Amino acid sequence: MKFSISNMDLFYGDFQALKNINIEIPANEITAFIGPSGCGKSTLIKSLNRMNDLTEGCKITGEIFLDGENIYGNIDVNALRKRVGMVFQKPNPFPMSVYDNIAFAPRTHGIKSKFKLNEIVEKSLRDAAIWEELKDRLKKSALSLSGGQQQRLCIARALSVQPDVLLMDEPTSALDPISTAKIEELVLKLKKDYTIVIVTHNMQQAVRISDNTGFFLLGELVEYGDTQQLFSVPANKRTEDYITGRFG
Amino acid sequence: MFKKFFRKKPTDRIFFLASWASIIATAAVLFFVVGYVLINGLPHISPALFAVQFTTENQSLFPALIGTLMIVGLSLVLAVPLGVCSAIYLVEYAKRGSRFVKIVRLTTETLAGIPSIVYGLFGFIFFGVFLGWGLSLMSGAFTVSIMILPLIMRTTEESLKSVPDTYREGSFGLGAGKLRTVMLIILPSAMPGILAGVILAVGRIIGETAAIIFTLGNVARMPNNLFDTGRTLSAHMYALANEGTHPGEAHATAAVLLIVVILINALSSRVARFIKA
Amino acid sequence: MRRFDEQLAELNNMMLEMAALVEKTITMASQALIEQDTKRAKNVIAVEADVEQKEKEIESLCLKLLLQQQPVAKDLRVISSALKMITDLERIGDQAADISEIVIMMNGAPYAKNPEHISQMATATVKMVTESIDAYVKKDLKLAKSVIAYDDVVDDLFDKVKFDLIEMIRSDGKHGEQSIDLLMIAKFYERIGDHAVNIAKWVVYSITGKQA
Repeated sequence: MKFSISNMDLFYGDFQALKNINIEIPANEITAFIGPSGCGKSTLIKSLNRMNDLTEGCKITGEIFLDGENIYGNIDVNALRKRVGMVFQKPNPFPMSVYDNIAFAPRTHGIKSKFKLNEIVEKSLRDAAIWEELKDRLKKSALSLSGGQQQRLCIARALSVQPDVLLMDEPTSALDPISTAKIEELVLKLKKDYTIVIVTHNMQQAVRISDNTGFFLLGELVEYGDTQQLFSVPANKRTEDYITGRFG
Repeated sequence: MFKKFFRKKPTDRIFFLASWASIIATAAVLFFVVGYVLINGLPHISPALFAVQFTTENQSLFPALIGTLMIVGLSLVLAVPLGVCSAIYLVEYAKRGSRFVKIVRLTTETLAGIPSIVYGLFGFIFFGVFLGWGLSLMSGAFTVSIMILPLIMRTTEESLKSVPDTYREGSFGLGAGKLRTVMLIILPSAMPGILAGVILAVGRIIGETAAIIFTLGNVARMPNNLFDTGRTLSAHMYALANEGTHPGEAHATAAVLLIVVILINALSSRVARFIKA
Repeated sequence: MRRFDEQLAELNNMMLEMAALVEKTITMASQALIEQDTKRAKNVIAVEADVEQKEKEIESLCLKLLLQQQPVAKDLRVISSALKMITDLERIGDQAADISEIVIMMNGAPYAKNPEHISQMATATVKMVTESIDAYVKKDLKLAKSVIAYDDVVDDLFDKVKFDLIEMIRSDGKHGEQSIDLLMIAKFYERIGDHAVNIAKWVVYSITGKQA
């Protein structure tokens, strides 16, 4: 197990956004979180690299273990985020060159050698399946790329510090079907080396790429299990109603 | 454009005419002022006006030109780092919407609304008399810095706020700390906005007379050191116009002032483009 | 009602219609067999064409639903099992037609012995087909399982028919040809029972998600 979460509650001020979450996320598999807007799935994924720390009034109780270590214990948050990379809903390359976008994180974590940086940039872009498209445009501004390229650049950027885990918060919701397909292919390829947790509104996407699926509703984890099982024979009536579109 | 015009509804047509008239009027006023200053000023520009020493014969604006550049440079050196850093604190570090932030914001807004003569009096009493700096570059620069501080803070704050939060998320998500995120990601993105604020501030300094005359003084010579008195172009013009004996030179000074402002604007947009690239 | 639910209801109706047609082929074939009515036997072949037509309609509706609705969970199971079930239904129709063809070939030659066990097989298989489709439409797991169990009855009857026919040949060698024809007919009924069991298994899947 990569992540073990037990008895986790999360509050934004007085509002309880997550209720008694218990979930185990296996290594080198793709785990998808689905559920209606505001169900807490994005909140949970953001807790896995402590991005919620940036939200004022956010309080977490219970435990989240990453490889047996409590990430809400006495740890270096920046080191945690190096291990647990994140890709966001909207592609967010920095307003700098393609090269500098990728080199930003390694530089942050102390790599100065030009040679080493070149190596990392190439490897990250290759791993994100975008090297061929960008190798002649490394000095161009990242903002000049298409949306799909920007998102793959962001994936490459997340890979640049060799994380263990890749968190993806609706990574294709702003993209066209072809870019979406490319990213899905990429994610399937990456699971060999990374543990991937993906939040998606697109249930077909969860079916296509994930090994495990968790269904969230009103801050509760209603059902969690094998994706094929969950989408063919859901155990819970609320899961069935949601995935078949007969919700409420 | 006019083909469309005749197909429009009457209300649309009225609004279209009104906005059309407004832009014509605005542009006309602008061109009129610039044209008036240049037409009246340019013929009076002569090499004598740029003599290093001011005499009653040459009415040289050169000492005032240098004085202007000195005041602008010195007050920017004082106000920009202070204003930018304060804005960074308010936007990036302070708790959003906290009481302290509200108080600071109220104070800066109040400062921005105070007439410049009040700054002049304050500068004269505090820097000139209390600190004993007299009428000097230092008194002038400090006073003007306080005057432009709210402007710089305000514009920096706005441009920091307009940096998308997704940049911050992206940077923090890669394990970058706050300082690194601010210095390498946020400040560069906010730079054009900050520079726009600085240009506005430069404009205010150059155009200032009241506060300058009270603190820098209005003596037609170049300051020899930081604690020496001098004058700026605006103050020089004020003096010339006040005396009424040299209307030609006053107009020439206005033309030079205008050209300086245009040059500064052009230069800073160059700088902005350079930083962005 | 949602558009998708309307379409699913339409699918149910079409399944019932197809089942009714298939029932009709078996019943008509059985009557033709017992009454040695070649005209009726020819009619079976016409009805069988309707069954095939219905199969195509249901098939294209299912494919349309898969494409349009990208169904999951129960909806996916209902549609995919319908797709499987119509294949079995169509095979049942085929076999009824095969029986009719043998009846036509026999061309009214009198039976050496009343084929009572064969007509019992006909009744039993009609019951199985009807009940399996009922179970599908009503999502009745118990009924579906009872259909699967009922196959033993048909198998027993088949053994009885075999025994009857052996007796027949033994009593007089000239009944050989007729016995073989009747044995083939009995085998067709036995196969119809198997197809009904397949249908019932898909019904179980559509309800529970487990392949029986």
